[in-house]
Amino acid sequence: MSDRLTVRKTYKLYVNGAFPRSESGRTYEVTDARGHFLANAAWASRKDARDAVVAARGAFAKWSAATAYNRGQVLYRVAEVMEGRAAQFAEEVAAGEGLSSSKARAEVDAAIDRWVWYAGWTDKLAAVLGSTNPVAGPYFGFSMPEPTGVVAVLAPQRSSLLGLVSVLAPVLAGGNTAVVVSSKGRPLPAITLGEVLATSDVPGGVVNLLTGDAAEIGPWLAEHADVDAVDLAGTAGPLAMELERSAAGTVKRVLRAPAEEPDWSGDPGLSRLRPFLETKSVWHPIGL
Amino acid sequence: MTSLFEYAPALESRSIVDLRPSYGLFVDGEFTEGTGTPFTTLNPATEEVLSEVATASDADVDRAVRAARRAFVKTWGPMRPADRGKYLFRIARLLQERAREFAVLETLDNGKPIRESRDVDVPLAAAHFFYHAGWADKLEHAGLGPAPRPLGVAGQVIPWNFPLMMLAWKIAPALATGNTVVLKPAETTPLTALLFAEVCQQADLPPGVVNIVTGAGETGRAVISHPDVDKVAFTGSTEVGRSIARTVAGTHKRLTLELGGKAANIVFDDAPVDQAVEGIVRGIFFNQGHVCCAGSRLLVQESVHDEVVAALQRRIGTLRVGDPLDKNTDLGAINSAEQLARIRELTAFGETEGATCWQPEGDLPARGYWFKPTVFTGVSSAHRIARDEVFGPVLSVLTFRTPDEAVAKANNSTYGLSAGVWSEKGSRILSITSKLRAGVVWANTFNEFDPTSPFGGYKQSGYGREGGRQGLAAYLRGDA
Repeated sequence: MSDRLTVRKTYKLYVNGAFPRSESGRTYEVTDARGHFLANAAWASRKDARDAVVAARGAFAKWSAATAYNRGQVLYRVAEVMEGRAAQFAEEVAAGEGLSSSKARAEVDAAIDRWVWYAGWTDKLAAVLGSTNPVAGPYFGFSMPEPTGVVAVLAPQRSSLLGLVSVLAPVLAGGNTAVVVSSKGRPLPAITLGEVLATSDVPGGVVNLLTGDAAEIGPWLAEHADVDAVDLAGTAGPLAMELERSAAGTVKRVLRAPAEEPDWSGDPGLSRLRPFLETKSVWHPIGL
Repeated sequence: MTSLFEYAPALESRSIVDLRPSYGLFVDGEFTEGTGTPFTTLNPATEEVLSEVATASDADVDRAVRAARRAFVKTWGPMRPADRGKYLFRIARLLQERAREFAVLETLDNGKPIRESRDVDVPLAAAHFFYHAGWADKLEHAGLGPAPRPLGVAGQVIPWNFPLMMLAWKIAPALATGNTVVLKPAETTPLTALLFAEVCQQADLPPGVVNIVTGAGETGRAVISHPDVDKVAFTGSTEVGRSIARTVAGTHKRLTLELGGKAANIVFDDAPVDQAVEGIVRGIFFNQGHVCCAGSRLLVQESVHDEVVAALQRRIGTLRVGDPLDKNTDLGAINSAEQLARIRELTAFGETEGATCWQPEGDLPARGYWFKPTVFTGVSSAHRIARDEVFGPVLSVLTFRTPDEAVAKANNSTYGLSAGVWSEKGSRILSITSKLRAGVVWANTFNEFDPTSPFGGYKQSGYGREGGRQGLAAYLRGDA
């Protein structure tokens, strides 16, 4: 064993392709499953959330207009870069979730494979969810899925990496941009994921990762007029209900969370893609 | 303007409709009394009272939900899917057989021209049942997994602008997917829903599968907040939609909303002007503009603005406003005094904010609720008549120079239900349609509907779709 003193990482936010500290100057202590100090994470504020929404909105036009093939390659690239950092992720997951190193590594592997799975979805969605519509008249009609817009994702509290990737990847695969609030108690893999995203080909602003408390930031995101949808995965009980109620003010799409955080290892099907896709129907006359 | 040739009246006879002096609720397969205070429904073209209609109290709504639950558990749920489909086919046929009666009744109660109720509302309602009938035994092919399941009891609240058609858009998919229904029609237009209840009886639809509860907002609230309702579907204003979403928050209920709109209808300088003018007229004056997807914001490329507006005014001068039962009528009556007041209020803003108002010459009938087809020019994106849904025959004209500006102005709205684009250039049509943030885009046409074509909004125009394979998802629980 080397007696070299390690260089520790400062965990910051990931907003608009950069790694700022919280504008509030706040941090909070993150501990491992046994209560030992791991790091001081940035404690994102309302202002950070609003900056993140501005970044996500700014990135939406290009990301949503990218070809499906391009989006698929970008998501696949995330998996490639994650693979190279697997050991670091495994260490963080093991510490934060109290898992054995082999179990932690299995979580990381599943998270990487999930990116690959969603990367393959980008150019299938239109075929599976779209249609040509045999209308009773001289018109050519078709319907296609399009991204909803800016999605606020309140990431799962327990599963800090696989859960996070499971809720984030489908939002991106559909062409949306995201503002993510990480697990409060286990935020470190989220920021490491931000480093992966920053060094993959995901354009800045497409994903914005905030560490902190969903109960504090969530209400601002649920109310924000420039957020189109909210994924409540990391919330439960009265908070989930309050957020859904706030979201009603701007008719946001809301994906509710089950009472218990699910086992993220199962095949998600289209269940997390559909809620953040709109259907557009187009008509054009047929004639000479 | 006196025209050279006057039209002779061409009145559709109302004798085909057998109006009763009073109507009850339709619960568990039977017409029953309501325990709330009854209300009257008017012919908005004459202000004549058509009938007295029962109000469903909370207790009546509870009775309807129980009946729907029983039917879901005992008859409709366990029924062979093919048989469910056959009931819907029967209903479609009955609507076709009684089409004239439905059309006249709709026109009497709503004020819309008989030409539209006869040629659009009723045929589309029948088509919706026919289309969904065929889905009933094919749901495993709907892309929702191998064995999608119904949700249970659907509570549905519909508006007054297309009373029968909205009923069909709600009831047909709900029943085809194995759900049962408690539906509340709008307070000002309950009659075709109650006639539809007779159709359910003639079809021998099992009791409780469809329940119709009439009343005002209170009755609607009772339907959507009933704890044994599993699914809420609402079409109406964005304001009410928001409050429904708040009510449903934190419950197990699934929700779909089809809300307001402020559609842009974009006319490029290469568009065929005569066709575009027909499309603009159809977009905003169809159904007196009481259409959530109405093309109420005309965006004209600056170079053709004067030409398009002149042609449009000439065309509007030929529109006939008057007796909805006259087969030559183009614009009928405004549905209610309340709606007329709202249209007047918003158009008054148009003038005070600096837009120029134009209306054709001619008189309106002395009785009833009427509003002339109206065009505002010189409208800016900041004006209320460019932002708020008027839900009346009022068109706001704005201009643009470049395609990017057209898209930016079109998308500058909290709504996103529909849009139109007129151009002879195919690549431009495809580019603009893909950039418009709206659930339905009509290119070189406007206000076309079909049960195979999913309909619904982006942004604050709501969520969920009605029609098509995509529309089934609103009433099914699937694995995929």
